Amino acid sequence: MTTPIAPASAAAGRLVDAAEHGQSDHLAGGRHDKKGRSRVDPVYYAFLLPTLILFTLAITVPAVLGIFYSFTNFIGFGDWQFTGLTNYIAVFQDPAVLSGYLFTFGFAIVTVVLVNVIAFMLAVALTSRIRLKVPLRAIFVIPMVISGIVIAYVFQFLFSNSLPALGNGLGIPLLQESILANPDLAWIAIVITATWQSVPGTLLIYIAGLLSIPGEVYEAADIDGATAREKLFRVTLPLVAGYVVINVILGFKNYLNVYDIIVGLTNGGPGTATRSIAMTIFTGFTGGDYAYQMANATIFFIIAVAISILQLRLTRNRAASA
Amino acid sequence: MTQAAARPVTGTPPRAREEAVATTRRRRGKVGQETTNWSTMVILFLCSLTILVPLYVTITMSLKTTAQSVDGNAFSLPSPISFDGFVQAWTLTDFPLHFAISVFVTATTVIGTVVLAALASYAIVRNWEHKFFRWSFFYLLAAMFLPFPVVALPQIQLTGLLGLANPVGVAILHIMFQLSFSILLFTAFLRSIPLELEESARMDGATTWQTFRQLIFPLLAPMSATVAIFAFLYAWNDFMMPSLIIADQAQQTVPVVQSIFQTQFSSNYNVAFASYLMAMAPAIIVYLFTQRWVMEGVTQGAVKG
Repeated sequence: MTTPIAPASAAAGRLVDAAEHGQSDHLAGGRHDKKGRSRVDPVYYAFLLPTLILFTLAITVPAVLGIFYSFTNFIGFGDWQFTGLTNYIAVFQDPAVLSGYLFTFGFAIVTVVLVNVIAFMLAVALTSRIRLKVPLRAIFVIPMVISGIVIAYVFQFLFSNSLPALGNGLGIPLLQESILANPDLAWIAIVITATWQSVPGTLLIYIAGLLSIPGEVYEAADIDGATAREKLFRVTLPLVAGYVVINVILGFKNYLNVYDIIVGLTNGGPGTATRSIAMTIFTGFTGGDYAYQMANATIFFIIAVAISILQLRLTRNRAASA
Repeated sequence: MTQAAARPVTGTPPRAREEAVATTRRRRGKVGQETTNWSTMVILFLCSLTILVPLYVTITMSLKTTAQSVDGNAFSLPSPISFDGFVQAWTLTDFPLHFAISVFVTATTVIGTVVLAALASYAIVRNWEHKFFRWSFFYLLAAMFLPFPVVALPQIQLTGLLGLANPVGVAILHIMFQLSFSILLFTAFLRSIPLELEESARMDGATTWQTFRQLIFPLLAPMSATVAIFAFLYAWNDFMMPSLIIADQAQQTVPVVQSIFQTQFSSNYNVAFASYLMAMAPAIIVYLFTQRWVMEGVTQGAVKG
């Protein structure tokens, strides 16, 4: 990225003014400690410490506290006792937790495949020789900026009112009943809505990836007489492989947290057919299962970290081989 | 139908347009063909209907009368056009109050994220050779691996204890969850700023604070814009955190308030959709004016994350 010259010099000019008022005689790199490293201006600590302290209080303390409570029988308030691994053993044997994990992972896998296939094809189309590129791109990105819960409410209306009305009008039996009320099919509505919402972010990353491919590569392919299909599978796809890895893993991590869309569409139902891990964990606060659900959350956390490590490995390998 | 929903697109900033034109030219030049691929365009227009139809339904439903909205035909045009839905949604959801709360939470999140992340990133990048700053960087980045549901229960408990089960608490938590991504973007950008610029300012006797305030922070402006727009989208649209943290329903943000159309007013579809439209409009408007930074943020976040 290039440095904008004009604002920089203007800012430097103001600095000289400030210096002329003689507020400080500090010179960068002027002082060193025994080991020869430059001494840190205490002001830098003032820049960083408020953030570190707030972050620790808001994220680290709750995380540690939560993991601590997962080894107790705490119910959210009052007395508690250590119960060791009791919660963890119970979590592993709980059919409600198991079905939550099965549903969430199934949902995440289907959605990640669907989103990436659609977004990649759209990105290829949107970077090809077309007109109205900017307005088209703008339209496809709109779902990214709408609140997930509002999207879910709109789609809930479409799935439960409009599609059945359409099905009745056209005489298509499959559409006549709301799929949200069908325990076997409700997940499809959730996948469709989640896909609608998350194609844009994935699409933008693929567009950036496709634009980073130098045109010479395609010229060479043209000279070799490659067909459009060959160019797509043998040139484009290998060159954006890194972006595919990023999109798949970032997406998968996101979909494991699925919450808004399910609350808006089915609220976990019918029954508990579409209850995700996040929804199961949140029942801990209303259901008096605080410590128990913290054990569940801790397991979920370990899985999230494992996926992140996998992500780092895969992206590092790519950097090394490139 | 396409017209109604496509209208906002004409608000594309000229810069983004130029950029795209430049890209097109570059590509054409390299590929060496000038022809437009019309079949791809037709397919893209058909695909764009999947985006435009739900938006069309939202807009037309909000303009219907209650009587027309309950007939189940979502795709008909409103006749007569009625603004009743908006009038009722305004009072039913207590829109001005919740809008103000959402604006407060969003503004606090945006300002807090930009200021804290910029200051922290500057301190980290300029003292990278010191363990404390280097480790702070990895510590702050670790939150990227932490899903909110994992810490949600203790956070509900603690915000309750500290009297932060309100919009202030939500804004603080929003800032904290937005820090990792923002610090990642800021530090990458700061490393690309030549050190000489800063050294000459230091020679002239500027303090660290003056250097940051008058030289570095203005230089960070384009990245601050990207960080700000993502903090805005996150804070404005978030449902999970406010719905769990804010204890008093009278203090909820706009997205959470929409749930009243699932429970109390479930058959007033025109009112519900008018309310949905009022909830999504600010984000769509902001997006149309800031597309360039949205694009940059997604790309950079992905490449560096």
